[in-house]
Amino acid sequence: MLAFILRRAIQAIGVMIVVGCVAFSMFRFAGDPVNQMVSIDTSAAERASIRQELGLNDPVLVQFARYFVNAAQFKFGISYQFRQPVADLLKERMPATLELATCATILAMVFGILMGVYSALRRDSILAKLFQAVSLIGISLPTFLIGILLIYLFAVVLGWLPSFGRGEVVRFGWWSTGLLTVSGLKALIMPSITLGLFQMTLIMRLVRAEMLEVLRTDYIRFARARGLTTRAIHFGHALRNTLVPVITVAGLQFGSVIAFAIITETVFQWPGMGLLFVQAVQNVDIPIMAAYLLMVSLIFVTINLVVDILYTIVDPRLRSTISRAA
Amino acid sequence: MSDAVVPQKAEASVERAVLPSSGWFKRAIESDLFYSFRRSRLTMAAAAITVLFFLLAIFASLLAPQNPFDPAQLQLINSRIAPLWTADGQSPFLLGTDEQGRDVLSAILYGLRISLVVGVLGVLFSGTLGIMLGLIAGYVGGAVDSLIMRIADVQLTFPAILIALLVNGIAKSVFGNRLDATSMLIVLVVAIGLSFWVQYARTVRGSVLVEKNKDYVAAAQLIGLPAPIIMLRHVLPNAMGPVLVIATINLALAIITEATLSFLGVGLPDTMPSLGTLIRIGNNYLFSGEWWIVAFPGIALAALILSINLLGDWLRDALNPKLR
Amino acid sequence: MTDTVLSVHNLQVEFATRRAKLRAIDGVSFDIKKGEVLGVVGESGAGKSVTGLAVIGLIDPPGRIAGGEIYLSGLRIDHLPPEEMRKIRGKRIGMIFQDPLTSLNPLYRIGDQIVETIKTHTSLSDQAARKRAIDLLAEVGIPAPDKRIDGYPHEFSGGMRQRVVIALAICAEPELIIADEPTTALDVSVQAQIISLIKRLGRDHGTAVMLVTHDMGVIAETCDRVAVMYSGRIAEIGPVQAVVQNPLHPYAKGLMGAIPTLSGEDKRLVQIPGSMPRLSAIPPGCPFNPRCNFVFDRCRIERPEPVPHGIQAVACHLYDTSVKESAA
Repeated sequence: MLAFILRRAIQAIGVMIVVGCVAFSMFRFAGDPVNQMVSIDTSAAERASIRQELGLNDPVLVQFARYFVNAAQFKFGISYQFRQPVADLLKERMPATLELATCATILAMVFGILMGVYSALRRDSILAKLFQAVSLIGISLPTFLIGILLIYLFAVVLGWLPSFGRGEVVRFGWWSTGLLTVSGLKALIMPSITLGLFQMTLIMRLVRAEMLEVLRTDYIRFARARGLTTRAIHFGHALRNTLVPVITVAGLQFGSVIAFAIITETVFQWPGMGLLFVQAVQNVDIPIMAAYLLMVSLIFVTINLVVDILYTIVDPRLRSTISRAA
Repeated sequence: MSDAVVPQKAEASVERAVLPSSGWFKRAIESDLFYSFRRSRLTMAAAAITVLFFLLAIFASLLAPQNPFDPAQLQLINSRIAPLWTADGQSPFLLGTDEQGRDVLSAILYGLRISLVVGVLGVLFSGTLGIMLGLIAGYVGGAVDSLIMRIADVQLTFPAILIALLVNGIAKSVFGNRLDATSMLIVLVVAIGLSFWVQYARTVRGSVLVEKNKDYVAAAQLIGLPAPIIMLRHVLPNAMGPVLVIATINLALAIITEATLSFLGVGLPDTMPSLGTLIRIGNNYLFSGEWWIVAFPGIALAALILSINLLGDWLRDALNPKLR
Repeated sequence: MTDTVLSVHNLQVEFATRRAKLRAIDGVSFDIKKGEVLGVVGESGAGKSVTGLAVIGLIDPPGRIAGGEIYLSGLRIDHLPPEEMRKIRGKRIGMIFQDPLTSLNPLYRIGDQIVETIKTHTSLSDQAARKRAIDLLAEVGIPAPDKRIDGYPHEFSGGMRQRVVIALAICAEPELIIADEPTTALDVSVQAQIISLIKRLGRDHGTAVMLVTHDMGVIAETCDRVAVMYSGRIAEIGPVQAVVQNPLHPYAKGLMGAIPTLSGEDKRLVQIPGSMPRLSAIPPGCPFNPRCNFVFDRCRIERPEPVPHGIQAVACHLYDTSVKESAA
């Protein structure tokens, strides 16, 4: 078991190194860092000296190592646009994104699982068909369109909810949360729905498909042959077997939720990492782009690792395969 | 017993008279696939709408009253006019105009073109790349297989939009302002294509692994057919079913991704707006009550994606051997 | 008649497909008494499994029982409301399927699965149910049952798993067990053990057993009576010794002739030319007529019903003495 975890951890580090290479290449070779940082009328001599200062004349490998060491300490350089350390910018914005992503995921999982189970068990009911329709719309409407629609309806027409921003936030050290104020909660509603809708649709379809598949298996047929109650079959056996792969998938999707937050944050002007990244892409602010890539990869890789480990705990077949292989 | 045979023969000759063409057409009409198609009116409607959109995009220059990409045809005096049927409408602007004086209807038609061109090219790119890598990985196996699959796994953890944005950003910083519209288009297609190849590769690889051990492949090898021919001509057709399903879903995703990139301002320049760009521009005017710049492109985009998704859903159910 | 456990009368099962309604079972009748083992044998697709599923009420749409009656110890069960049927399943009728690997839920311990079944049909407490589960595992031949009761299905071998499946099927003490190809997925050496287990359980508990299989060897070993099915109908039914040694129906003759023996005679194995017709293309009259060596005109027109002939019953016009046959 321990060997398995170790192996997966090493794989994770490997991925991070690859990503680090990509980030470094972007940082160093995509565009000229010096030219981005100085004004047009800086002399060539000044540029040369800056280049020397920044260590841009050192061998590539040295620069690479330096970048790595810095990155491991979360020192990502200076943003071209804001002239501030990228790490500070990211740190300030991370809570906003993480809070939004978590709310969206919880919403998506709760409703996705409920709707999926219902659609599988009562396949021909009107409600199930309605859920199917909703799911279709969920994957057909681009996230930004949903956001705009919601803003128009609830902010412009009805005036119930704010159309942008996070509302008031409460700070704890470097973390800021909007969950403790009314305006903060109100501001969370529409972005969470927008971000979570696509997720919810995916989960609902997955749960429905998985459950229908499980209901066709031999062990469910045998359970019926043994006269187990419908409730025991559906919620004891079928549901449990369905949820195991579903929860893994949903967990893995958390990473993509964080990435999709880019769009939602843009629509709602939500001050998170995603909005920062978009502005960086628009303004070709390479340090932020590289740093965002690294941070997000770290989050993804960590989540994957955790989910993999959780999965072996939940599915007993994997436990013995692993211990036999180890 | 001889009586029983004759009526059948007569029927067959009638059919042959009506459908003089080759047997495959008849087989297609009688196939389970087409039967399931005819049974579902929703799917037929979706197919019709999709075809309609494609036709609109292809003939956009003929149908549109105005070419919105040509600055010479725009007049600021015509800007922000409401749709024709409202009190402030003006002919010939059926759906109103945006802040540059672009006719919304024309902009939608030309924008559709961009969406569909980028979408279809993106699918072709990711499909070709994915299928090739999948074939190689499955057939050659060993270290090559591991490498390709590892790259695939890593890439799968990153959502398409992120990859597309990255490729976009890198391209912009490397090529700077020397990007004209055509190269920007290529960048978009490559960005989207690179984001989506993994599903194809995995599916094709899976099929190859299954087919590789079958006798007909061994027979082909015995005759001395070279590996690429075996893969392309014999193994690939067996994998085409799931690939088609992936391609349809992929098309919808590609269109959404392109629209999203345009919305975020990193797509084609604003002078050649796609549907996403129009929505972004229109969003700014939503609060002042000028809803038509957002609404109509939004509806068009949603309808297009919805139809393609319906088709993809039907295709997946129809081709799923377990549900037959 | 009071020790007749299962009585099936003129059962008909249909499957509605897009082209036509297919008759998978077309007029099957048989009885099973207490403690008796009835074998149901035939080729794949003859309708053996469907018969078993129909008896226990697990024919799902697009299939349905289209006609006939099924009686369990006098109670009519073929069109019972679902909740009533559920109570009968497991408690009064047990069923064993072919593949023990996929019959057990991989995520649950086998002890939990047995206890769950016991508690569904009895009012035993958790402790009592667990004790009973351990006893059952011992009865079906699982060594160290008190330890293995907490194991997961994948920790058992194929033969052991099938024993667990049998334990699950008998845990509520049913009057009838339907075993659908219980040994087909197992190694030959394990097959014999499972078959003798089923036989012993039937004798010890007085359970009626319906054993569905395509393996004639198993039939000869285990069954008291055997029914030979062909194209959804019973061709011949009777005591196993009689049918095996003196088959009457031409199809049954072919089947018995195809069993290889170790007696060292230089006989060629008998082959029946052709194959069983598809459900959508069953010929009129007797379904076996295209392949039959003894066919005559009446066979192609009129469907034969089972008639008694000595201790067997056979559905073949050769034995129908009620009508004078004219020369073919």
